[in-house]
Amino acid sequence: MTGDQLSTTTPELGVRRAQLDSVALADEEYREIVRALGREPNDLELGMFGALWSEHCSYKTSKALLRQLPTEGPNVLQGPGENAGAVDIGDGLAAVFKIESHNHPSAIEPYQGAATGVGGILRDVFAMGARPIAILDVLRFGPLDRDRNRHLFQGVVAGIGGYGNCFGCPTVGGEVYFDPAYTDNPIVNAMCVGLVSHEGLRRARADRAGDVVLLVGADTGRDGIQGATFASVEMDERSASRRPAVQVGNPFLEKLLCEACLVLNELEGVTATQDLGAAGLTSAASELAYRGRRGIDLEVDRVSRREHGMSAYEVMLSESQERMLVVVRPAAEAAARDVFEHFELHADRIGTITGSGRIRVREGGAVVGDMPLKALVDGVPSRSPAVEFADKHPSPPMPSIAEPEAILLDLLASPNLKSRRPIYRTYDHQVQDNTVIGPGFDAALLRVPGTNKGLALTTDGNPWYVALDPYDGTRAAVAEAARNIACTGARPLAVTNCLNFGNPDRPSIFAQLQESVRGLADACRAFELPVVSGNVSLYNETSERNILPTPVIGMVGLLDDLSKRCPAGFQEDGDLVFLLGETRDELAGSQYLQLLGARLKGRPPSVSLEMERRLQSALLDSIAAGVVRSAHDVSDGGLLIALAESALFGRRGLKCPNVTGAMSREAFFFGESLGRVIVSIAPRQVPDLQRLMVHHQIPIHAMGVVGGENFQVGSDVRVPLDTLRQAWETAF
Amino acid sequence: MRKAEVFVTLKPVVNDPQGLTIRSGLHALGFDKVTDVRSGKYLLVTLDEPDAAKARQQVEEMARQLLANEVIEDYRITMLQGGGL
Amino acid sequence: MRTGVVVFPGTWSDRDCGHALGDVLDQPVDYVDYREQNLKGLDLVVLPGGFSYGDYLRCGAIARFTPVMEAVTAFAAQGGLVLGICNGFQILQEARLLPGALLKNASCEFRCEWVHLRVEQSNSAFTVDCRPGQVLRIPISHGEGNFFADPSALERLEQESRVVFRYCTQDGQSAPDANPNGSLHNIAGISNVRGNVLGMMPHPERACEALLGGDDGLLILQSAIHAWSRVPA
Repeated sequence: MTGDQLSTTTPELGVRRAQLDSVALADEEYREIVRALGREPNDLELGMFGALWSEHCSYKTSKALLRQLPTEGPNVLQGPGENAGAVDIGDGLAAVFKIESHNHPSAIEPYQGAATGVGGILRDVFAMGARPIAILDVLRFGPLDRDRNRHLFQGVVAGIGGYGNCFGCPTVGGEVYFDPAYTDNPIVNAMCVGLVSHEGLRRARADRAGDVVLLVGADTGRDGIQGATFASVEMDERSASRRPAVQVGNPFLEKLLCEACLVLNELEGVTATQDLGAAGLTSAASELAYRGRRGIDLEVDRVSRREHGMSAYEVMLSESQERMLVVVRPAAEAAARDVFEHFELHADRIGTITGSGRIRVREGGAVVGDMPLKALVDGVPSRSPAVEFADKHPSPPMPSIAEPEAILLDLLASPNLKSRRPIYRTYDHQVQDNTVIGPGFDAALLRVPGTNKGLALTTDGNPWYVALDPYDGTRAAVAEAARNIACTGARPLAVTNCLNFGNPDRPSIFAQLQESVRGLADACRAFELPVVSGNVSLYNETSERNILPTPVIGMVGLLDDLSKRCPAGFQEDGDLVFLLGETRDELAGSQYLQLLGARLKGRPPSVSLEMERRLQSALLDSIAAGVVRSAHDVSDGGLLIALAESALFGRRGLKCPNVTGAMSREAFFFGESLGRVIVSIAPRQVPDLQRLMVHHQIPIHAMGVVGGENFQVGSDVRVPLDTLRQAWETAF
Repeated sequence: MRKAEVFVTLKPVVNDPQGLTIRSGLHALGFDKVTDVRSGKYLLVTLDEPDAAKARQQVEEMARQLLANEVIEDYRITMLQGGGL
Repeated sequence: MRTGVVVFPGTWSDRDCGHALGDVLDQPVDYVDYREQNLKGLDLVVLPGGFSYGDYLRCGAIARFTPVMEAVTAFAAQGGLVLGICNGFQILQEARLLPGALLKNASCEFRCEWVHLRVEQSNSAFTVDCRPGQVLRIPISHGEGNFFADPSALERLEQESRVVFRYCTQDGQSAPDANPNGSLHNIAGISNVRGNVLGMMPHPERACEALLGGDDGLLILQSAIHAWSRVPA
């Protein structure tokens, strides 16, 4: 809510103005609440409505748009609307996954903000009955030459490691980019993937009246009161003083909670489990009961507290971490308690499921809150802010380069392209003994325990393309994620997404969101990829500066036979290197232009989903046929960077005698045309590769030969591999 | 209730990379008179023991058994005044 | 060889150790709860990696007082094989079954990466299949693996040839650059005098399958099997 809206508060609401401000509700929303209740809400009820009707919990600004997304498919076991989505991966197993933002808490307290972001997404996955097997993190920061940005960066990275390492779930991938637009407003999105048998898949749906509601895990304290509201307003100088909104994580307790929930999953008579996240008990209890079309009675006196003198309001809205609601049949209560006792966790019986369709909160025997769930969970009016499309800028003039070799080294050492090893080596990426391809490559690849299958995992979202064209930029992100998955040999299965945007009350920002969602929907349809979960983070605005539009795609793919996996680095000296796909004269949005300090304008690389699908089919066929020995996607930084990375990954040189394209050298070397992959193959396989590419109608260009101590491309670039590595491995 | 402060520090012979990092951080901020920083832990123990001598003895025992590791750490105990019931 | 893998609250390498010994090496494996006081029937006890009790206060400090550790101490005294990996090593030191302590990494950061280890002696039960000087490639994953012992304890360790593994370069030099955490004398693993108790920071259970990047860890686990069965390698 902006100051302008507040000033229009009508006189009869004047007495509640301060309260409406504190819960960030608009006047018409308040009137809607009064209509639904048939009376004025009391303070507790207003607080609960405020939290659940916040943007963060209700998606009131985005939900109409999100209806466009394809959410169904033959593999889908659970689409959006639960703690996480789930897809079938064969052998009676399901992959459960979701991505979620923790941008606002991380901007205030980076270590705890990021740590509890990881904690929250882990709980979403084990609430579904699944064992978490992987974490990926999508990060964006302002340039590190600014102290505050560096502080945020270091804190976030330490927080992710601090939580994930202690919990024992490997952090296997993600991405990090830097741009001035993220100064003071970092993006911290965490994705978690888990595994469970089909029968073990649990829902957060309390559909049997009479069931017992247990609150398990941590004691409830005053942390994070109104965190959901906090995440739904733009930040300003006052935000730092709202610091009590930030929660402190306890990964050790989370580990115990997870193991307990996985054991609980084996019991008969467990109806539902639901993690407590944003808006705490209010959200968890309401959603559980509402999904099951039931009601719920809660007694706040029975909630174990960490602090004295907490009010019902504070108990209902606390965002203390590491808590879960567990709903069991009365006959199963004792067995469930035994499970938690074994893990030295306490379980409070705080309420029951009713047939009332209402949430009733009791304190000291008296009803202190009583609301219809339909209004509370689903009653917020959709918002459709004004839209204003930005003018498309013409392409910038192309600066021409004198020394491609110097540019190559500068690009490799630039914050957006340099090796991420200094970051990911602080994350345990191997625990659980399933990491086949770890962080630092196109996609991570994990063994599915007990099988010979692999799950390929990636996140993608180039914000500069989206800034130039939200529709195409978002389609490009889906295409790139699928390409990354395909480079390992795996077939893309399904998508999760996190839409990070600025203040949607600004027409240009809402236009970005609208176009981006349309692009996401179109691309997912074209690839036949269902969107099974997701999250929206709006109001990423600091002192009137908005972030770049940052839709992030999380994708999961399946490789049926791990022995057919494909690495990204060159494998053998003497292998031949080919470029698959078409290079066009495109430079706008490129890392190259950023390096030269050009303004962000022009048309981003064009997207042909039809071509992209053919390319990926061709690649998957080539990998499955054993024709290809390595495959690496050409993306940020362009062709020369992709070739250099393949050489660095494989610790092998490369000699490309004479490569040119029918375009400027700049665009050929550093343009970021989509739909391209670098492959290396044994020389005898050339006819096979050619045949496959002809079959799929994919252009193919011979690049060179693997081997030697140098990275050599044409007459322009000849760098010792060691020099290349030194540039690439510069510290952050 | 009685309160005892327990300070646990690394023995002087033990390298303290955290302390060194903090020292360089302070130097970077211009506190160039800082010659050394040693990091440690601070624990505030509240115990229900009316007898001051017994309380102190118990905290000593806690520090020796669990709170500090004598291989690498020293400890110092301060019983807070006015902490009686 | 029947192995008991101890599970403390917060342990997470238990299943990995169970996988390596049970699935890869086809040995019987039991998971042993930290409240257990009876280790009868076990030939090897593994104290796996993780963050027992959150590593709060000090790594291993609280786990050391659990009932199972009394049993582990007695088991070790009787000559039973005990392998402490990462957090398990920290617990063995806290329990005084091995000397020294593990401090915060010199970088002040957590490190998860493959390192090279030089086998210093093949007298320990866990290196009978190795030859001295052999270089193994095994991952580390810790924030506090910086080995410390006071000068006299360190000298004793060296004199009694109880340093079992040292961090080294690919070609076996125990150079400063090959030291990932600041450990004194590049120490990565040590044993007790008798050689039946080994503590090491690197994770051999993560290096038992080529699919996962390497299988040098098998040498350590197989050594234990051979030492137990008294079959010379």
